[in-house]
Amino acid sequence: MTSNQPPLSNNGRVVIVGAGLSGLCAAETLRAEGFTGHLTLIGDEPYEPYDRPPLSKAVQEGWISAEHTTLPRRRDVAAEWLLGIPATGLDLSNRQVQLADGRRVPFDRLLIATGTRARPWPDQEQAALDGVFTVRTRDDTVWLHARLATGPKRVLVIGAGFTGSEVASVCRELGLEVTVTERSATPLAGALGQAAGTFAAYLQRQHGVDLRCNTTVMALEGDAQKKLRRARLSDGDELDVEVAVVALGSVRNTEWLRGAGLAADARGVVCDASCRVFDAEGVVTDDIFVAGDVARWPHPLYDGQLLVVEHWSNAAAQAETAAHNMLAGAATRRAHKHLPSFWSNQFGVNIKAVGLPTIADTIVLTQGSIEERRLVAVYGHQGRMVAAVAVNAPRSLPAYQALIEARASFPPEVHASDGPAELHPLPAGFPKREQPTHDPGAEPTGAGPNTPERRVEGEMLKLLDPRVPLGAPPLLTLHPNGIGIWERQEQTGEMRS
Amino acid sequence: MRIVVDLTRCQSYGQCVFAAPSVFRFHGEEALEYDYTPDDQLREQVRWAAAACPVHAITLDYLDEQPEKASQPESVGGKA
Repeated sequence: MTSNQPPLSNNGRVVIVGAGLSGLCAAETLRAEGFTGHLTLIGDEPYEPYDRPPLSKAVQEGWISAEHTTLPRRRDVAAEWLLGIPATGLDLSNRQVQLADGRRVPFDRLLIATGTRARPWPDQEQAALDGVFTVRTRDDTVWLHARLATGPKRVLVIGAGFTGSEVASVCRELGLEVTVTERSATPLAGALGQAAGTFAAYLQRQHGVDLRCNTTVMALEGDAQKKLRRARLSDGDELDVEVAVVALGSVRNTEWLRGAGLAADARGVVCDASCRVFDAEGVVTDDIFVAGDVARWPHPLYDGQLLVVEHWSNAAAQAETAAHNMLAGAATRRAHKHLPSFWSNQFGVNIKAVGLPTIADTIVLTQGSIEERRLVAVYGHQGRMVAAVAVNAPRSLPAYQALIEARASFPPEVHASDGPAELHPLPAGFPKREQPTHDPGAEPTGAGPNTPERRVEGEMLKLLDPRVPLGAPPLLTLHPNGIGIWERQEQTGEMRS
Repeated sequence: MRIVVDLTRCQSYGQCVFAAPSVFRFHGEEALEYDYTPDDQLREQVRWAAAACPVHAITLDYLDEQPEKASQPESVGGKA
């Protein structure tokens, strides 16, 4: 391990691979903390850093254009930008990044911030049909927005994670008929569990979405001109559709690191709490760092499990920590302890969450109600609080965040004035650990840097294909008194605030 | 000009919507949306919006933060 190296810490060559939110935040932090050396940012898209969250919302509505998502600079980063050229390899022994155009970019210190891309539809020919879209990049959303503006008769959204749900929400606002297929029992099941997902399903149906849970798309069919015409669903239906949005989660951009000698695989790039990447033998490196969606890091709150977190705030915060540590000596290195948190706007409500819902076994409503469309629910894991989700109640969350960070016991004692008289904990209803879902957003991925990828076998292997329906759906267990908080809406029907 | 709002930090107080209504808006009761690149003519409004945010969630581009009169070109690496 190197000690402080004053000559190098603020000089030399830093290369950041990935020119998104993480890459930009890291560049700004490096300059803010006094790095005066040569800084290069490499990005596969031809655009300077832009923000992705509005791409599935305000941009699709047409309220802002895709060009209006470029991020501001907190300071002059004085960098060399190599945009529109993907990195294709890493040569650790010569300390060079290889680019698709054959160039080799030398570095003294490297930050990996290559993020994720949209998981494509598994059949390439069907994915290439005119009318089949994914939503991840600025270009993707320009094309989709233009197509939605032509007023297609029906839009099919494949997958009801956050992206799919947000696109469905926008389609309804644009007055378009939309069918959503979801392989789990509810929308957002991977990220929030089926109990909360029942509420998401209610929202979708209230807004006129033809939501089909426990249903997959078996095939997309085109006409002679290779235009999308039809979708065959696992429920036996054949839908006439002109537009299909594939929203099956994301794939981490780690292929370019194959064979590079780092602890990197499809799950991400493993680093320690200071964002230093482990090599393939489990030895931590001193000058290779990782941040953002592609990083797997040990969070102190979650039993040493390596987390991958695909949230905006983590991308920014982890990049700042990584950049700080790129310049720091052993005594001043910081650990990245950011509590996962995210938001989604869909069907007229704001959903915010803090903590790690995906590890929870139990959920309980602590404030508000479905009827008001304003509520807070808390997630518990083995008797302690691990996360909280707020619907149209963003100002409630900071108090819960403090409880989560303090590992408060679950069910919590909240005593909120708008809380229920009695707490009714329910099973949170997350899919089984090995079961693939789309965008869980944040999930534990094993313990150590060299924990091998779990071998997926038999039935589970088949489930990697999003066309394969799940077997008998795991039914949500009602509260013993038969009136689960999340189910109550099924009985009361129409509800508006 | 360019801005970004940390929507994780945002608690939908809505002060920005009052200060610069053509740049910030609520979609539904609590869901904030905004334009990342407002017209330069709105710079004063947007600065007010950023200053009024109770949770300091709005970040302006460093070029838009500098006072108009003092926006003489600075050498790279100058005080930022």
